[in-house]
Amino acid sequence: MESLFQRSLDDLIKAIRLQMIGESNFISKALEEIRKELKSTDLQTKSTALEKLIYLNSLYSIDMCFASFHVVEVMSCSKFSYKRIGYLAASQSFHENTDVLLLITNQLRKDLNSSNEFEVSLALECLSIIATHDLSRDLTHEIFTLLSSSKVFVKKKAIGVILRIFSKYPDSVKLVFKRLVENLEGGGSGGGDQQVMAAVIGVFCELTAKDSKSYLPLAPEFYRILVDSKNNWVLIKVLKIFSKLGSLEPRLAKRIVDPICEHMRRTTAKSLLFECIRTVVTCLTDYETAVKLAVEKIREFLIDEDSNLKYLGLKALSILGSKQLWTVVENKEAVIKSLSDADPNIRQESLHLVMVMVSEDNVTDISRVLLNYALKSDPQFCNEILGSILSTCSKNDYEVIVDFDWYVSLLGEMSRNPHCQKGVEIEQQLVDIGQRVKEVRHELVHVARDLLIDPALLGNPFLHRILSAAAWVSGEYVEFSKNPLELIEALLQPRTNLLPPLIRAVYIHSAFKVLVFCLHSFFVRKHVTSSSLEGLAQGMCDHDSEREFPEGPALERRDCSSTSFDCEQDEEFKPRSQNRTGEELATENGGESLFAFGQVSLSTSFAEDPFNHESIVGLIDLIKTALSPLSGSDEVEVQDRARNVLGLIELIQRETDGWLIQKEDSFKGEKLKAFKMIEILHGAFSEKIGPVLRTSQERVPVPEGLILNDNLSDLDSICGDILSPPTGVFSMGNRLFGENYGNSSLDLQKKEESEPSTESTSLLAQHRKRHGLYYLPAEKSESMSNDYPPPNDLQSTADIDDGAQDLLKITDQSLSSKRKPKHSKPRPVVVKLDERDEKPVSSVKPLKDSEHDELSGAVRNILLGEEDTSASSLTKPSDKSKGKRRVKELSSKSESQPKDKLGDAPPEFGSSSSRRSKHRSRGKEREKSPKNNDENIEGSNQKDKRKSHQQSRNRTRHRADLPLNVVAETPVIPDFLL
Amino acid sequence: MIRAVMVMNTQGKPRLAKFYDYMPVEKQQELIRSVFGVLCSRAENVSNFVEANSIFGPDTQLVYKHYATLYFVFVFDSSENELAMLDLIQVFVETLDKCFRNVCELDIVFNFSKMHMVLNEIIFGGQVLETSSSEVMKAVEEITKLEKASNAISLVPKSVSSWQS
Repeated sequence: MESLFQRSLDDLIKAIRLQMIGESNFISKALEEIRKELKSTDLQTKSTALEKLIYLNSLYSIDMCFASFHVVEVMSCSKFSYKRIGYLAASQSFHENTDVLLLITNQLRKDLNSSNEFEVSLALECLSIIATHDLSRDLTHEIFTLLSSSKVFVKKKAIGVILRIFSKYPDSVKLVFKRLVENLEGGGSGGGDQQVMAAVIGVFCELTAKDSKSYLPLAPEFYRILVDSKNNWVLIKVLKIFSKLGSLEPRLAKRIVDPICEHMRRTTAKSLLFECIRTVVTCLTDYETAVKLAVEKIREFLIDEDSNLKYLGLKALSILGSKQLWTVVENKEAVIKSLSDADPNIRQESLHLVMVMVSEDNVTDISRVLLNYALKSDPQFCNEILGSILSTCSKNDYEVIVDFDWYVSLLGEMSRNPHCQKGVEIEQQLVDIGQRVKEVRHELVHVARDLLIDPALLGNPFLHRILSAAAWVSGEYVEFSKNPLELIEALLQPRTNLLPPLIRAVYIHSAFKVLVFCLHSFFVRKHVTSSSLEGLAQGMCDHDSEREFPEGPALERRDCSSTSFDCEQDEEFKPRSQNRTGEELATENGGESLFAFGQVSLSTSFAEDPFNHESIVGLIDLIKTALSPLSGSDEVEVQDRARNVLGLIELIQRETDGWLIQKEDSFKGEKLKAFKMIEILHGAFSEKIGPVLRTSQERVPVPEGLILNDNLSDLDSICGDILSPPTGVFSMGNRLFGENYGNSSLDLQKKEESEPSTESTSLLAQHRKRHGLYYLPAEKSESMSNDYPPPNDLQSTADIDDGAQDLLKITDQSLSSKRKPKHSKPRPVVVKLDERDEKPVSSVKPLKDSEHDELSGAVRNILLGEEDTSASSLTKPSDKSKGKRRVKELSSKSESQPKDKLGDAPPEFGSSSSRRSKHRSRGKEREKSPKNNDENIEGSNQKDKRKSHQQSRNRTRHRADLPLNVVAETPVIPDFLL
Repeated sequence: MIRAVMVMNTQGKPRLAKFYDYMPVEKQQELIRSVFGVLCSRAENVSNFVEANSIFGPDTQLVYKHYATLYFVFVFDSSENELAMLDLIQVFVETLDKCFRNVCELDIVFNFSKMHMVLNEIIFGGQVLETSSSEVMKAVEEITKLEKASNAISLVPKSVSSWQS
């Protein structure tokens, strides 16, 4: 009676549709109802409740685990409509860990044995989704019986379920596999057989996708289907199988070229045509005619109106493009046109293809065109373009780049693209190029300066990483700068408060380096010009001091006279000297001295720079004003760096106390110490930084007593939010300060590079400081006003082409230009590291779960194991499996196999000497030819014909019943497996 | 192999969801949502394929077709042919059309279990088992007949209470 008042599924759906708001409330009410109804003893009520529950589970994501026992109950109803609901529920909600799975084995067995084919089909459907190891093991026998069912409806489903059974219970292969293979032969006649064939081929397609090698022996059967079948679905699957097998066995590839080309010419079905094309481009690229035909068909796809075909055509082309560039170049017009397609898929594929065409000769033009194109694209595609330019150009240590000056300025230009979000990549490349390519540093500093000096860029958070690199570069290679004072101003400009603290720390540190450089230059100049410091000059580079000396006296005089601050001539100076350590400074700044640069070229590059007392004093004032507030910053990094700079300034000022107003005598004595300090610092900064292998850390021996495997996991949870893998790799060329400093500063640097950009509120920061922990995620502060206009110098940097036509034209020219590039200068040396060591530490092994190994092992046992035994004992009649025609076939095939291929194989492969003597002449001839036939394709046709004749003669003795093409085909396979 | 079949309307409400690998419901919901996110951002008249690696893991694509207010989505891996999948959607929709005579979204909303019945005949455990809509129809009709026969014994019609709501 209760079912009378029960809501049916229809009622439920209607009611839900009426709920405009509070849908979830309603559903939870309905769920209450369902829970009650499920407990009912009336099966009608129960099954209706379950049906509603499935609905809610499937479309409203309601968990239905609680009902699993009721599912089993409904499954076991005798009434078909209830049973169907039960099975649907089971296939939807059961999984490996469902405990009631144990209870359904018998029910499944009963239904599999049912005389009603629809009940059988229900059980099979369910099994195909939820079968576990246990279920598969217990029900293999039933499946085996169903495989020979007379009803196609059941048979095809039984075949379908095998895939799941095999993967869950590989041992089932022993029982079932032969019968499965038998079904491969049934094709060709009758509609029902076609369905079964489609199912079997589908199963084999999945199996070969996971492990192709094991199925090579079945190639003859597949080949026959490839030639005979008229069903496009079947043909597609067979082609999929062959594209796997073909790449394993070159001779097989040779076999299938012709039929595939035939299909390509004949078929009207685009899906089959595309599958043929894909097979050709993946595994038959050695066969010119096939490739040509495929490219022809691809071209048809490319000019088709249908964007699906266009997309697939481009995709096929990009598979081919990596191996045979000419195919892309031949279609470049269509490719470049597609760059402006409305379809993002098509655009992306064509972008990929355009990048494939990039070479040393055209990289400049293509990048220029693409960059202009990026300006007009939507932000997403724009970044895709930028990303692919970046990755293509940096491939293999900037292989395609000849003119690095150009590339560096390209990077600068990219940064100014309003949509640019490639900060991390550009940052990485700027630093990397700086380290690797010495010659480009001048231009690099120039580009960095342009970026730093533009206050508008600071407002764009996407550029912060780039600015960080620019700041680093300008600090590191400051000796190439035309105007270091300007750099300091740029580095300390007020808007740097928009930067996240870590990048700000980089800025301040770069300012530190620039300051050291300025002071050093200044002191050296002083030193050189004041004769009273001559004693010190012994430590200096002779030529430097000599060069300076002519001017010396004059300047000195000025110095003496000018106790005021305006000796303009003092700007001329040359830095260069060696000095010994001032302990105090070294300890204070040791951790800071990360960076070094070569100062070899200093004397030339810095000859006429405007330094004088005034500018230095101004500089120091500027730094003090800018950094004093930061010495109390809440951000540790910023505070630390700022204090370092201020500390240095204080020291210098104390040492040179009043140097600006005193007479020369005191100047000499007092400055000496300050000079020494600067010398040391400068020396520390002036060493080279080069790229470092990722693996180099591993080569550092672990100090004794240090346990690296100590449990640091708790540290992980603490630092998890601030430490992420470093983006750049830096080396420490720090000879002065020893390894300890080197290590600590390396850490510092890494942290600097990797910490997320944050600006925390003072409360949070104080809290952190107090606890010394970072367990709260730092928050991003967007509170800073951003009143500068966005960077808008785009128009000036790029002549924007309107329309794809121009684009096409330009790229066309750049692509077709065959001219040898006249490089004004030779490609600079790019520092490369030993490639051998650069292999990733954890070489990824092909993923093969043990389960699958088991499966392939079992399959091989069936297909090959018996061959092995029969092949080794030729005299024995094929063993135990007398009843199975298939096995006989296989073993007889393999019996004949070794004989057939004796000619092909090196002598040691031969086993039967009498056989060999028969073929001696032929064998010798073959021995000369390489085993791999496809290496000499030209002559192979004829030879091949002969061979197949020969083989068919052999074969006819053994098995007269096999069709000729199969005979011709077989030798290819087991040969490979012997 | 086909990983999943989804039907959803243009508002993103799922109308049918079938996953051929077990997924917890939360995961299912998330996947449906992200698929919809991708689909609704695509313009009309663009290609029907979407790389689904970010949603369904490596080596997956999805193909979709937009009919009136509905998206039909098949998710599959490299063992299937893209164009064939597109055809298969066509087969599915054709069959539904035969089943409901001019199928519309409402038919699909109210015939949840029949949808599954049709789909189960076409795709079996992630494999394409039947590609002819007339064969599918034959099977579906048989099953419906069988269900009716088994229900005939029942004294109380299943949805007598439908007037209540």
